[in-house]
Amino acid sequence: MSINVEPIESGSVIDHIKAGRGLKVLRILGISEEFTGRVALVMNVTSKAMGKKDIVKIEGIHIDEKTADKISLIAPNASLNIVKNSKVVEKRKVVMPEVLIGVAKCPNPKCISSFESSETRFKVEKMGLRCAFCERVFQPEELLS
Amino acid sequence: MKKKDLISIRDLGKDEIENLFSLAKKMEGAAKSGKKFFNDKIVFNLFFEPSTRTNLSFQAAAARLGCTPVAFNPQVGSVQKGETFSDTIKIIDGYCDVIVIRHALEGSARFASQIAEHPVINAGDGGNQHPTQTLIDLYTISKIKGKIKGLSVHLVGDLKHARAMRSLLYGLGMFGAEVTLTAPVGLEMDPAIINEVKEKFGTKIRLTGKVDLKDADVLYVCRVQKERFADPYEAEKIKKEFRINPEYLERAKDDMIILHPLPKIDEIPEEVDKSKHAKYFEQARNGIPIRMAVLYTVLGGSGA
Ligand SMILES: [Zn+2]
Repeated sequence: MSINVEPIESGSVIDHIKAGRGLKVLRILGISEEFTGRVALVMNVTSKAMGKKDIVKIEGIHIDEKTADKISLIAPNASLNIVKNSKVVEKRKVVMPEVLIGVAKCPNPKCISSFESSETRFKVEKMGLRCAFCERVFQPEELLS
Repeated sequence: MKKKDLISIRDLGKDEIENLFSLAKKMEGAAKSGKKFFNDKIVFNLFFEPSTRTNLSFQAAAARLGCTPVAFNPQVGSVQKGETFSDTIKIIDGYCDVIVIRHALEGSARFASQIAEHPVINAGDGGNQHPTQTLIDLYTISKIKGKIKGLSVHLVGDLKHARAMRSLLYGLGMFGAEVTLTAPVGLEMDPAIINEVKEKFGTKIRLTGKVDLKDADVLYVCRVQKERFADPYEAEKIKKEFRINPEYLERAKDDMIILHPLPKIDEIPEEVDKSKHAKYFEQARNGIPIRMAVLYTVLGGSGA
């Protein structure tokens, strides 16, 4: 069975999302019932490199650096295509940066960053993401809610 | 020049800590001889949370260096008036040469250090860090034992809530000690810090629920509060088990030392104070040279 999705004139395509994470990517993009653009979510399609993967196509949104950093938390190594005038104008991998700046709030209710306005910072460590303020370590999913 | 702060033990390398220790050794001499290193520096203790010992110890250290200590404990009222934390920091920053800060929120000292132009020393930020305490603990061990590497150190008590124990485990790992963590069920050390220390330093860490001091070179005790238990009978039983009774010490090595961050209540009975093992009052005294060394360093002192 093949699924065809019509091409978009202007927007973003996120390919090679880890299978099952596509819905979360939509949530990061803030897609709700009110969104009027065209959106396609394809789940669990066959991928040579990944076995199975999800794909998100979205019209009218050009994903910026910060949103891409956020997507990297749950879909590292996804590929991002920015489409303008029906042409792919930018193509790159979504790579988790060494430090995530201003991307997510710290989930620790006792952390100063939830009281004072300052850019949040998380250092990517082997065990997870360490808040530069309270120094606690979180798993990527925890930073998205 | 980048200003120096002391916010977290994680910011320090082993060589920096060793430098602070040799400086602290010199500060012990300076405190005795009355040698001063500054005459125009103001050290401001900004304690949003009370901590008499830490506050006084920083003030005494500042005075020993020849600095002028000033202490201010903002009342809840002035916070209610609506002045933000960052405004308070900016104002105090204009009054002094170094800010020593204690605050209940985690990361508050780091946040303050990003706002202040003068150095900031963390004197406790909630459950996160209290780096001078960790330095005092490590200094005391290395001073009495002559080394830290290879020592068997037992941390005993409520390891879940004690901030001092988490940073100390990190410091012990850095210096190559072997650590036994003895805690009641439900009050064990956060696995995140255990894994961090194992991974970073390859530390041998043993977990147990029973106090057994047979192989210990250092016993570090912290309190088990009965409020942590729902059942009062259970609380009494656990408290008794984790109190350092003289019988526990019969199994211990002759030269094992006992440390405690103080104040202690009943987790160490009074008769133990007189034993040759008890070193916690000496540990508290080491707070002065260590805090002198830290203040001297962040203030860019010379001539020690
Ligand atoms: Zn935090």
